[in-house]
Amino acid sequence: MASVAQIPGAAIRPKLSRDDWAMRGLMVAIGLYLIITLALPLYAMMSKSIEIYAFQPANVEFQVDEGQGWGPTINALTRGEELGVLTRDDLVTTSDGRIQATRFFPDFSFLSETRYRIRNTEPTDGGFMIRGLQVTHDDWVEYSSGDFRRVTLRPGLSTGLGNYLAYFSNPALFSSIFNSLTIALISTVVTVTLAFGFAYALTRSQMRFKGAFKTIAMVPILVPSLLPGIALIYLFGKQSLVLKVLEWMLGEEAVAGLWQGLINGTYGPTEIYGPIGIVIASVFFTFPHALLIIMTALAIADARLYEAAVALRAPRPRIFWTVTLPGARYGLISAAFVVFNLVITDFGAPKVIGGQFNVLAVDIYKQVIGQQNFQMGAVVSVVLLIPALIAFTVDRMVQRKQVALLSARAVPYEPKPNRPFDRLMLAYCSLVGVFILGILAVCQYAAVIKFWPYDLSFSLNNYNFDVMDGGGWAAYGNSIRLGLYTAVFGTGLVFLGAYLTEKGRGFTYGRTGFQFLAMMPMAIPGMVLGLAYIFFFNNPANPLNGIYATMAILVVCTVTHFYTVSHLTAVTALKQMDPEFEAVSQSLKQPFYRTFGRVTVPVCTPAILDISIYLFVNAMTTVSAVVFLYSPDTALASVAVLNMDDAGDVAPAAAMGMMIFYTNATVRILHSLVTRGLLTRTQAWRMR
Amino acid sequence: MSIVQDIVTEDSRGEPVAAVAKTYLRIEGLSKMFGDFTALRNIDLEIYEGEFVCFLGPSGCGKTTLLRAIAGLDIQSSGRIEQAGQDISALPPAERDFGIVFQSYALFPNLTVAKNVAYGLENRKAPRDKIRARVAELLDLVGLADQGAKYPAQLSGGQQQRVALSRAIATSPGLLLLDEPLSALDAKVRVHLRHEIRALQQRLGVTTVMVTHDQEEALTMADRIVVMNQGVIEQVGPPLEIYRNPATAFVADFIGTMNFAAGTVEGPGQVRLGGVGLVCDTGELDAGTPVTVAIRPEDIDVQDVASGEENAFEAEIGDMEFLGSFFRAELTGEVIDGAGLRADMSINLVRRKGLKEGARVPVKLPRQRIRIYPESALRG
Repeated sequence: MASVAQIPGAAIRPKLSRDDWAMRGLMVAIGLYLIITLALPLYAMMSKSIEIYAFQPANVEFQVDEGQGWGPTINALTRGEELGVLTRDDLVTTSDGRIQATRFFPDFSFLSETRYRIRNTEPTDGGFMIRGLQVTHDDWVEYSSGDFRRVTLRPGLSTGLGNYLAYFSNPALFSSIFNSLTIALISTVVTVTLAFGFAYALTRSQMRFKGAFKTIAMVPILVPSLLPGIALIYLFGKQSLVLKVLEWMLGEEAVAGLWQGLINGTYGPTEIYGPIGIVIASVFFTFPHALLIIMTALAIADARLYEAAVALRAPRPRIFWTVTLPGARYGLISAAFVVFNLVITDFGAPKVIGGQFNVLAVDIYKQVIGQQNFQMGAVVSVVLLIPALIAFTVDRMVQRKQVALLSARAVPYEPKPNRPFDRLMLAYCSLVGVFILGILAVCQYAAVIKFWPYDLSFSLNNYNFDVMDGGGWAAYGNSIRLGLYTAVFGTGLVFLGAYLTEKGRGFTYGRTGFQFLAMMPMAIPGMVLGLAYIFFFNNPANPLNGIYATMAILVVCTVTHFYTVSHLTAVTALKQMDPEFEAVSQSLKQPFYRTFGRVTVPVCTPAILDISIYLFVNAMTTVSAVVFLYSPDTALASVAVLNMDDAGDVAPAAAMGMMIFYTNATVRILHSLVTRGLLTRTQAWRMR
Repeated sequence: MSIVQDIVTEDSRGEPVAAVAKTYLRIEGLSKMFGDFTALRNIDLEIYEGEFVCFLGPSGCGKTTLLRAIAGLDIQSSGRIEQAGQDISALPPAERDFGIVFQSYALFPNLTVAKNVAYGLENRKAPRDKIRARVAELLDLVGLADQGAKYPAQLSGGQQQRVALSRAIATSPGLLLLDEPLSALDAKVRVHLRHEIRALQQRLGVTTVMVTHDQEEALTMADRIVVMNQGVIEQVGPPLEIYRNPATAFVADFIGTMNFAAGTVEGPGQVRLGGVGLVCDTGELDAGTPVTVAIRPEDIDVQDVASGEENAFEAEIGDMEFLGSFFRAELTGEVIDGAGLRADMSINLVRRKGLKEGARVPVKLPRQRIRIYPESALRG
């Protein structure tokens, strides 16, 4: 071959067709949507976390006139330290922090004839204020005693890592990091182990009722993560249902000892309020996520490997350790990180059943809603971002490897019947199934009795949401509206975005950038996103301020929050389509939107339905992001569960939670019917 | 290298089939880089109107890249493409004039066969019944007149490929591009479709470029073959010319079966191969140059060779490989030992002469059939 790569001639600049321009334009538009609804709010939050409000007494001076003319100038910092009103190291406060000027004058009396004057030596934004009016200029201002008592010192705004220092020097706050990590780690180990067993039973045994078990295992996806917590309160709380049942069966005497154990627990009134409760609730709601991933990993096992192992007379345990586990390792790792991420960012379970046990996600809520300390909320959010980002990154790396495994040409494994083993698996799956359905059953039971444990008669009073805090039936209606809007707009946006990145021509940088933007939402915990929206959209200077406290911001937030998984579903479906469809339609001079509408969308209809159901269900159950964003007019069912539980209306909370479940279950069933109908009717081409 | 290039330029114009050859597609100095990898290096090529041209080469030789550059699907890094006198180098596919058929057929799975064929006809303000008539005509042309209502998945692979073909020619494009159209089909269907495609192309007279890695396909279908290797064109010419006079050792090796043996130029028209002195065309090679002597197994004469004839010598029959209608026998013996020459012998001949392993036969390497290549040209 020739050794020199001499390329003569000028480089060709491909001319762009109208389609290319249109596709790039649309992609940039969707990219901008993601930037505005994700990147910019996050930036606003980061900036907020380094905003420090601190008093600047060094810049404030007083003079006093007790009838003999103005006395010597008094520096507020010096005087304050002398009097112990403030210390040099403790000037950080919130934006609402105030110090009364009179505190620098212990013998102050507003009835005296003494006159005071005050000034800023530096015209900063701190300074002082009187009757709500801020003074920042550096001229002396005179007050009578009567007016001077209304003068307060304001904090000035600066930037720095002060909030972080404050966070990490407060054990009550940073201990949450360890709590969160501990809970997430324990839940991950438990969930992945349980889910692996379940997936193993479904893929490697010939037990009966596989379909039913698969369905039952998916149930937790349909309920808010608040619900298992509520069920656990009923089961093991102060009025433990479990103990009542035991009492009824064994007599009060026999179980009296157990009561003591429960009520005098380490973590508050009962053991279940705290880490144990959080872990159980977390296992419940993360189980289906882990199961799906591990099942996929186990399902792609190559039968030939098993045949080879059997032919080499490897005993069953050895096959398990040398073939099954290594084959599923990426699935297990991926499941572990997904579960870890879900638990550490979850707000519902620890909120309901965490008791005094603080975790990061709840800390954000407490800082913002409870203490109105937005800066500290932002700091905790940034802290929570770190483990979430790490888990996300590792998961993405592992997923890529898993895909590589999938493409290998494997012969699917068919398990052979094995009576004792199949029965063991059936027993195990039944246990898990009872746990999942039991949680729901308890909530439903609690919802339809009058007053646990005193009046067990049937009643629908708990469904009278309109007389309780939380938003009433209107909240339920709002949730359905949110679900529908999210499903319709979200699916359209996500699918179009995925189509443009997958099938666009050229524009490599733009497409890579878009892919990155589309992956980002998954790494951002809901609480962080919600808080970031407050900072960004509630800013009066933001032209988009108008959507704050409307249904629109809830839809936008939910679409963005669940963008990544939807995007990946769409991309997977699009990748399965022949890449030459676009080439053919270009050669036939058809505009891209025609092929998109006549071929791409019809062929991808199952995936599009999957995306819309995913968005709907999540819009119904999500609490974390929207809890900061709803207004009295746009209260949501899931938030109502939270607020009713907070207000002590636990039974109505359970009732509302079950309403969410029934709605989601109905939609799910409809979805599968529609999908089946579509497949047989309009997608006749799939059949041979 | 210089000799190879000389031969290429000498032959690259080839012989156009049509009596009045009008250039339809002109490619000048075309190169394509993928990062640091050069997929196409300075390609010059002319394709004549109404011609059927095959791009032939091993995988990774750049033939599909060249096709996609012509289609505008992957536009070249530099160089010029002219179609029907118009510079289309930078145009997007939709602004070029071509129909394309892929190995995967790329039929729209959710549209019926008729809708697939009509896809390019719609949206052009043509009346509906005219479209219907055109679709019926096209389906009739490819022998699928009664299959219009079916979905692609209900057809066999061969039928699907015919649908793809009729969809591509529906809009009467000036250029038909076929990207390995037969590779996904069974051997028998493939042979059948070869003839159909060729016949259809001749009937329509559409200029056609087909990419293939199957030499048999190229030899049977093409007016001219463009043999490519590692991003450059090795040779362009009609099938027989390519087969008979491979311009480079690569072409000789890639197309058909070829014996290669090391030899030395002894003088003008004289080459020594082991113990044999051969008379053949040595071009301008100097005496003493080590060369590769090439001859096809079927060109070695085993029949009726008189001793003392030019390029004749006696050899021993070694291992005989049975290949159906003939044997391919290794030739050994003191004079050419180690050269590894193989000769084809028909069943008929073997039976008639009672040839078997170990027998000694006179053989002859006809001088017109011997090709000489510089030694370094073969396999690096």
